Amino acid sequence: MWFYEKKLQYPVKVTECNPRLAKYLIEQYGGADGELSAALRYLNQRYSIPDKVIGLLTDIGTEEFAHLEMIAAMIYKLTKDATPEQMKEAGLGAHYANHDKALFYHNAAGSPWTATYIQAKGDPIADLYEDIAAEEKARATYQWIINMSDDPCLNDSLKFLREREVVHSQRFREAVEILKFEKDRKQFF
Amino acid sequence: MKQTADTAQERNALMEKIQMVDFALVELTLYLDTHPQDSQAIQQFNQLAMESRDLKGAYEKRFGPLRQFGGSFSGYPWNWDNAPWPWQL
Repeated sequence: MWFYEKKLQYPVKVTECNPRLAKYLIEQYGGADGELSAALRYLNQRYSIPDKVIGLLTDIGTEEFAHLEMIAAMIYKLTKDATPEQMKEAGLGAHYANHDKALFYHNAAGSPWTATYIQAKGDPIADLYEDIAAEEKARATYQWIINMSDDPCLNDSLKFLREREVVHSQRFREAVEILKFEKDRKQFF
Repeated sequence: MKQTADTAQERNALMEKIQMVDFALVELTLYLDTHPQDSQAIQQFNQLAMESRDLKGAYEKRFGPLRQFGGSFSGYPWNWDNAPWPWQL
């Protein structure tokens, strides 16, 4: 089972109300390479992956939910004081019409989250390669958002998340090596 | 008013310490998942697990429970669901 802890993994501070940045950040909330996709992908793949990497998928999948909460905190803080007019100017008019200031699992362009973003092939190497690619795509997305953001407080938290993608990618690469080693070992008697 | 600001500052400082120690624990967990024989890392992990437990105990005495479903004790009346929640801070 899971437990909630009343804390963010890393502090989230924003300098000022900025719904435009919030619009971009929604990509990492309900987008293809976002944190929801990541959490659901790993926690679903773990049931059919070899024992040696179940722990890693469980732990990274769980950490992704902490990242999802950080993204939510960012979007919440960037929009909570925005007027409907500011939402509209920031390109969030359509979002406001449907959700007011509520968060929703869609990407920056408004497409709803879909399970077609993620895969579980049942083949450990195929699954882990997808996971490595997902981490690299998420890292790139964080970079593109940082490139567009001029909020130093927000960028500090985004750089933390970007770094986590690098570490997760590294751990998944090691998991591939562990499985390759196991497979080779089994061929010699 | 000043006292409220001081309290918020103390709360943030203590929370930041917890976040630092817990971050090291997350990082060590993922590392150990793929390097299970690294005894030095395991020693560090166990040391930090103790530190995390102590820091959370100190935080909870002043600012209320952090951990759900019995991970923390409750005060009277029930204070698990008291605001602020993390994104409200």
